[in-house]
Amino acid sequence: MFDFGVVTQWIDELLRSFLPGTAATLVELVLIGLCLLVGYAVIALILIYAERKVCAFFQCRIGPNRVGPYGTIQSIADMLKMLTKEIIEINHVDRFLFNLAPFMVIIASVLAFGCLPFAKGLHVIDFNVGIFFLIAVSSIGIVGILLAGWASNNKYSLIGAMRSGAQMISYELSIGLSILTLVVFSGTMQLSEIVEQQAAGWFIFRGHIPAFIAFVIYVIAGTAETNRGPFDLPEADSELTAGYHTEYSGMHFGFFYLAEYLNMFVVAGVATTLFLGGWMPLHIPGWEGFNQVMDYIPSLIWFAGKCAVVIFIIMWFKWTFPRLRIDQLLHLEWKYLLPINLCNLLLMVIVVVFKLHF
Amino acid sequence: MNLTLFVVVLITAILLVVIAMSIARAISPRSFNKQKGEAYECGIPTRGKSWMQFKVGYYLFAILFLMFDVEAVFLYPWAVTVQDAGINGLLGVLFFLVILVLGLAYAWRKGALEWK
Repeated sequence: MFDFGVVTQWIDELLRSFLPGTAATLVELVLIGLCLLVGYAVIALILIYAERKVCAFFQCRIGPNRVGPYGTIQSIADMLKMLTKEIIEINHVDRFLFNLAPFMVIIASVLAFGCLPFAKGLHVIDFNVGIFFLIAVSSIGIVGILLAGWASNNKYSLIGAMRSGAQMISYELSIGLSILTLVVFSGTMQLSEIVEQQAAGWFIFRGHIPAFIAFVIYVIAGTAETNRGPFDLPEADSELTAGYHTEYSGMHFGFFYLAEYLNMFVVAGVATTLFLGGWMPLHIPGWEGFNQVMDYIPSLIWFAGKCAVVIFIIMWFKWTFPRLRIDQLLHLEWKYLLPINLCNLLLMVIVVVFKLHF
Repeated sequence: MNLTLFVVVLITAILLVVIAMSIARAISPRSFNKQKGEAYECGIPTRGKSWMQFKVGYYLFAILFLMFDVEAVFLYPWAVTVQDAGINGLLGVLFFLVILVLGLAYAWRKGALEWK
């Protein structure tokens, strides 16, 4: 299995060979920032393209096919268009909060993005409370959305933001509790260590029933958390035009759009890391040859592949289920998912304490 | 080292917004129109203020969220050590969860979870 630590080590040595210590560290930090930025933008572009294609195929259409081969450059063209659109100044907004909101949303998604272990040795922030940190920073996004809705001084925005706030804080609980279930199982919150532990088998297989229930709940709550699919009532276009970002135009709106897709990737990435083994290849005990072949596939591809599967499932939701009403949405969380989650937590503790797992 | 990286990622995020916004402001066209500054509505000017008191139902859910979220924060340190604590950890948290579930049951019985 290729270790990306080799590459970073090599860059480190190369820089230190002709630069003094502090300067080399500084250059490395700038490089990390640049790589993160490029990765962030590229993943957003790929996801926007994927969303349009998947949506098109679900509706028996072709989707974007004019710009570039199979329309692959469509999302880049979209991004350029977004950059060249006028940013309209609205008269009655709270200007400071209105401009602050995109910052909050982007900060939340970039910080959460930086926590993910992408491949062996390719990991930016690795706190010993990693997963806890990730939940904490990703909930800053709610503040951004509430700010956007409130500062816009528009009734559509306000209703959208309030719905979004109620929805996101409610489903935050389910996310927290289903991750907690896995923390009980792994006994650590450090993401790199969680991935290392899954070398013997992915948690969704090793933790059998409780881990599987937690995975299902996590995917449902994650879909709600990103305001997508059947839970997209904060921006239900037929009732609220665009919800909390009605008043935003041009690149200002682009940030919300970007953050939405990146949040989807972060949700898929966390699901991959916690339940599906992160960048660990699929190993079946006893099948030596099979395991060897699986080891040859690079870890980055494993991570990207598993993420793609989870993202596809989340997109699938969107085109399968009709939109929920707000009372149905809150009932689903508070009367079904939360009690199930609490029972599941106890079940997991029993499994761990009496060593019933594999 | 991790804290430094955290600051780097934070600065990256802020720079992303600042740079993209300044590019957009530099190359996007600008035109003045009196109607453009109005709030988006269905065609008529907004009636009354939009900064107003809002439905209390959202507030109720926010309070319930607070209760359970703080609970989750308390449970995380326990979750890390439960493998060593064994059966004592299970019994200890059982009391905690029973009290919490009682709280949820109370809210449910009182109709706080209904959307009215």
